[in-house]
Amino acid sequence: MRELLLREALNEALREELRQDPRVFLLGEDIIDPWGGTFRVTEGLYTEFGPERVRETPISEAAIVGCAIGAALLGMRPVAEIMFLDFAAIAMDQIVNQAAKLRYMTGGQTSVPIVIRAAGGAGRASAAQHSQSLEAWFTHVPGLKVVMPSTPYDAKGLLKAAIRDPDPVIFIEHKMAYSTKGPVPEEDYVIPLGKADVKRPGKDLTLVATSRQVLRALEAAERVAIEDGYDVEVVDPRTLYPLDLETILASVRKTHRVLIVHEAARRGGWGGELLAQIVEHAFDDLDAQIIRVAAENTPIPFAPPMEEFVIPQVDDIVAGIRSALA
Amino acid sequence: MTMIAASRHAAPVGGSEPERLLWMYRTLLRIRAFDERIVRLFNQGKIAGALHSYVGEEAVATGVCANLRPDDYIVSTHRGHGHLLAKGGEMRRMMAELYGRVDGYCRGKGGSMHITDVSLGILGANGIVGAGLPIAAGAGTAIRLKGGDQVVACFFGDGAANTGAFHEGLNLAATWNLPVLFVCENNGYAQFTPQRMHARVPDLFVRAEGYGIPGASVDGNDVLAVSEAASAAVERARRGGGPSLIEAKTFRWYGHAINNPASNLGRDQAEIDAWKARDPIPRFERQLLDRGLATQADLDAMRAEVLQELEESIAFAEASPLAAPESALEDVYTTLPPGAEL
Repeated sequence: MRELLLREALNEALREELRQDPRVFLLGEDIIDPWGGTFRVTEGLYTEFGPERVRETPISEAAIVGCAIGAALLGMRPVAEIMFLDFAAIAMDQIVNQAAKLRYMTGGQTSVPIVIRAAGGAGRASAAQHSQSLEAWFTHVPGLKVVMPSTPYDAKGLLKAAIRDPDPVIFIEHKMAYSTKGPVPEEDYVIPLGKADVKRPGKDLTLVATSRQVLRALEAAERVAIEDGYDVEVVDPRTLYPLDLETILASVRKTHRVLIVHEAARRGGWGGELLAQIVEHAFDDLDAQIIRVAAENTPIPFAPPMEEFVIPQVDDIVAGIRSALA
Repeated sequence: MTMIAASRHAAPVGGSEPERLLWMYRTLLRIRAFDERIVRLFNQGKIAGALHSYVGEEAVATGVCANLRPDDYIVSTHRGHGHLLAKGGEMRRMMAELYGRVDGYCRGKGGSMHITDVSLGILGANGIVGAGLPIAAGAGTAIRLKGGDQVVACFFGDGAANTGAFHEGLNLAATWNLPVLFVCENNGYAQFTPQRMHARVPDLFVRAEGYGIPGASVDGNDVLAVSEAASAAVERARRGGGPSLIEAKTFRWYGHAINNPASNLGRDQAEIDAWKARDPIPRFERQLLDRGLATQADLDAMRAEVLQELEESIAFAEASPLAAPESALEDVYTTLPPGAEL
C-alpha cells in the first residue's frame, strides 16, 4: 500500500471532504499557502479551494471557535485549526460553554458539527506554552468528543469521521507524529469514533497508550519481547470519548494486567479515569495493581534533557512493563 | 441545520406601515406583559432560577426585529425573553420552559438563560456575556458561503463590550465583511455597578471606528428610532455592505436578576423614576394615536388580547408535565456508538 506522512494523510482527508461536501470549510491562523499551517497540514488547500472555503483568520482563537459554532448552527461543517493545543485555553468559553452545551441547553433543537484540530504534545523544545497534552480538559466536558490518532492510517479515517460527525470533536494531533510514515489507502474510508484498535496483540499485559505514546509503547513492547520474553498487547483507544471500553476490557480479561501510558501530566490525567473504569468494570479480572506511566506534574521545560526527563520515554515504558509484570 | 419555521408572531417585514407599527406595539406589550408576570410567578414560587427581566428595554428588540425577515437570524443574551418574543416566539412554550415542563422550548434543559427557538433563527440565548458575538460572525460566514442574503442581528449588553470576544467577533466580522448587525443594549449597569466604572468612554458605538465599520447611537427607548437605525444597518448588510454597530441607550427597570434583589440597590431611585417616565410603551402609544393609526379602543383591545395570550401561556405551562428527571440524560450528544456510556 502507498505510504504517507501523518500530516499528508490529514491533508488528504481534508481535501477529500472539501471536495465531496460543500458544507465543509476550514478556518484558522496562517493556514493559507504556500506553507499551509504551522505544521503544513493544510498545504495546497487554499490554492485548490480558495479564500472562501479555506478561511484565513486573525489571531483570535475565541472567534475561530465561535465562528465555527455559528456556521455549524446554519448547517455548515467547519474544521477549525487551533495552531497549538495550548492556545485552546483562549477559546475555552466557546469550546466548553458554547459548543459542548448548545445541543443540550436547547433540548436537542440543534447539533454543533464542528471539528477543532490542534497540535499537542512535547518534543520540540518549545517549552511550557507550546507543548502540552490537555486532552483530559476536554474528556471531562460532557458534549465533546475527543480523538487522538497515532498513525497515518488512523489519522485519515478518524478525521473524516470527525468531520462527518454531528457533534463537536476535539481532534488532537501530536506534533512529533506528523512526520511518521505509514500505509494509507487512497480510497475514501472512515474509522468510526469510539472504536479502539489493538495495535499489537499479546497475552501477558494490556498496555493502553494514546497518541505518540502508542508508537513508543510499540517500541517498548518489541524490546521486552526480545529482552524479557514478555508478550505485550498494545491497545490504542484512538478516541478517548466515546471510549471503546469493551475492547480494552476484553484485553484485560485476557491478560489480567494493565499499564496505561500517556504524555499528559499524571495528576488529573485521562489515565486516572481509565484506571477507574477498568477497576469498576473488571476488578475481579485483575491480578495486579494497574500502573500508569505519564508525564511529571510540571510544566514542560525548554531544555531538551529536561523535556526528555519529564515526558515518558521508551525506557520509562519498558520499566513500567517490567513493573506491571513483576 | 436550522430549519426556518413560519411564526404567526413574526414581524410583517414588507407589510404596510400601519401593519408594521401595530406589530411593534403588540410586541412591546407582549414583552412587557411576559416579563412583568414572571416576577410575580417567581415570587409565588412557581418558577425558579435566574430570570433577567427585560422590562424597560423592550423597544430595542422590537425595533431591531421589526426589520428582520423570518429567515434572518438573531443571537440573544441572558436577558433574552424580549428577543425571542420579537423574533416570533410563542409565549406558552416560553412559559412552559420557565416552569421546567416538557413542552418548554428546551424541554426544561435551558431555562430562562438559554430559552430559544432555533427554528425561528435564534441561535441561542447565552449565559456568558460577550460569547454571542463570535457565534454571530459564524452565522454570517455561513450565509456568505451559502450565497444567501439573510442577516444576523447580534444582541449584547454594555458589559459584553469590554470582553475579548467583543473585539474578536467585531474584528472578524469587519475583516470578512459579514452581514451582521451588532446591537449593544446599553442599560448603563452591570449587575449594579455603573458603566463609568467599567469603561472610560460613555459611548460604546465609537468603538466601531476602530474596526472600520459604521457605528451609531440611538435612543433605545424610542422604538421608531431603533427601527430606523436597524433598517439602515440591515439593508447595508443585505446588500453586502458588511457589519455595523448600533448602541441603543436604554434602562433596566428592575435588578439584574429577579432572584438577586440586591442588584437594584446600587441604583438611585431618582434615576429609575426618570427612566420610567421615558417608558417606551406610552410614548409609542401617543404617536400611534396622534397619527391616527389606532384608536384608544384598538389599543385597549390589543392589550386584552396580549393579556389573554399571557394567561393562556400560564395555563398551558401548568398543564404541561414536568420533564422527567432521567430525561436529563438525553440530548448530550446527537449520536453515540451503540453501547457507549455517557
